[in-house]
Amino acid sequence: MRLTLALAQINTHLGDVHANLEIHLEYIRQARAAGVDLLLFPELSLTGYVLQDLTPAVARRPSSDEPVFRRLLEAAKGLDMVVGFVDEDARHRFYIAAAYISRGQILHVHHKVYLPTYGLFDEGRFFAWGDAVRAFDTRFGRLGVLICEDFWHASPPHLLWLDGADMMLFTSASPGRGLGTEAQLESARWVEHINRAYASLYTTFVAHANRSGFEDGLNFWGGSTIYDPNGELLAKGPYHEEALVIGEIDLNQLHRTRARLPLLRDERTALTLRELTRILNDSNRGHR
Amino acid sequence: MIDLSINTDLARKILVGFIRSETTRAGFSRAVIPLSGGVDSSLSCYLAVEALGADNILAVRLPYKSSSPDSLEHAQAVIDLLGVQAVTISITEIVEPILEHFTDASQIRRGNIMARARMIVVYDQSEVFGGLVVGTGNKTEILLGYTTLYGDSACALNPLGDLYKTQVRQLARAVGLPEEIIQKPPTADLWAGQTDEGELGFTYAEVDRLLYLLVDQRYTPEDCTQAGFAEDFVSKVVDRVRRNHFKRVLPPIAKLSNRTIGYDFLYLRDWGT
Repeated sequence: MRLTLALAQINTHLGDVHANLEIHLEYIRQARAAGVDLLLFPELSLTGYVLQDLTPAVARRPSSDEPVFRRLLEAAKGLDMVVGFVDEDARHRFYIAAAYISRGQILHVHHKVYLPTYGLFDEGRFFAWGDAVRAFDTRFGRLGVLICEDFWHASPPHLLWLDGADMMLFTSASPGRGLGTEAQLESARWVEHINRAYASLYTTFVAHANRSGFEDGLNFWGGSTIYDPNGELLAKGPYHEEALVIGEIDLNQLHRTRARLPLLRDERTALTLRELTRILNDSNRGHR
Repeated sequence: MIDLSINTDLARKILVGFIRSETTRAGFSRAVIPLSGGVDSSLSCYLAVEALGADNILAVRLPYKSSSPDSLEHAQAVIDLLGVQAVTISITEIVEPILEHFTDASQIRRGNIMARARMIVVYDQSEVFGGLVVGTGNKTEILLGYTTLYGDSACALNPLGDLYKTQVRQLARAVGLPEEIIQKPPTADLWAGQTDEGELGFTYAEVDRLLYLLVDQRYTPEDCTQAGFAEDFVSKVVDRVRRNHFKRVLPPIAKLSNRTIGYDFLYLRDWGT
């Protein structure tokens, strides 16, 4: 089975959900015209990234009754997509979230489980921590969604793999940093290395949509990528520019790669769990 | 190994995008640059032209009677090279009445008065031209506080503030600015014979390497000494960076209410755009 995947490497308006919705609708139009099956928007694509005190003002409850989501659900007929937003739960906690939308329905919502609160990042000050990493079934098979810092940690991709995800959809609003002599920033290089590593280690597809543009002095570097289960690069967006990056995926590659390299077959999950339990119970180690 | 080399194509792409984004999001399409003829302002001007187009850039030359004629000539060379709009406004007539009032003013006071007179003229020209003031300060001088507060430090956006002086030179060379401008001794040109390095007491080449370890690589002062820098040089620079921090932050507001600007009223400048 082949499917056409697109990464919407958009720039956003900071705190203006309606202006960002219009950008989404335009990219959805372009994607449909290009025959795209699955369209991935970056982290916080409906809101912008450095929200700070704008967080409560841009938060939404994702449902078909909510005006912004209603328009997305209507526009996305025939196309699956992932959008980034701020989710406000029933008890008014705010999460960095990504919704998977398919055939007029919200199939899955992921809450970012790792909130970077160091260096230039201050997410833990404004957002609640997500508490679940789950794969989910779609018409393209079982997938998983993670948001930026989630995949800077190795455990969430590992959990998705064990939970059956054969395609990992990663979204970011990654501020560029680390200018040296290389043609891309250190942050870009790091993300590309680990995405390629996940694709190779988990013999799975890894698609990453990263935004472009600026917020005050922060640049967002784009460079969205799709890697196949061999770790080969299938598509890559330009650095620091808006783009709709399109790549075709052959899901049969999973069969071919795993016939050659049965890492999933041989993975010893029970052993991992035993050792994790032992490590967690070892009070000297101070794990949490 | 300390290597301050940068990929100049990448730096240029990001800085041009930054100037374009932060100017247009503020509702402007034009920019004003105080052009001294030194490498910092020449490079800022070059990047602003690439971001907004030469027609949308006003270079302002602001000579004082004792300014070096070379400065004016070098600024003119950049204006001719880039094809920007330009205006030359002497600050002598603004500065002289103040200095006549304080005939014993130190060189520091005189220099600060000149820098602030330039700021007044540049901001006035920005109103006339309808453009934002693009700053020219680099990371070295911001860290060392080698700048006049509300003088040359005043600007609406600062493209070069995360590049050390030696990196500014590298980028200036890559974009093809005249070698004469890149190689001449950096000077605030506030009095005859003044040079940055003479006044600071060390060279940019030396201090940039030290600042890179202290700031970018998070070395402790002791780590820097072990890496080969003289102890008194390290402590002098560390002290200078700390003492001048007030120039890098907004004045603190005394907190009284539950929500106070700067502490728990937090928005980027790009708010809503």
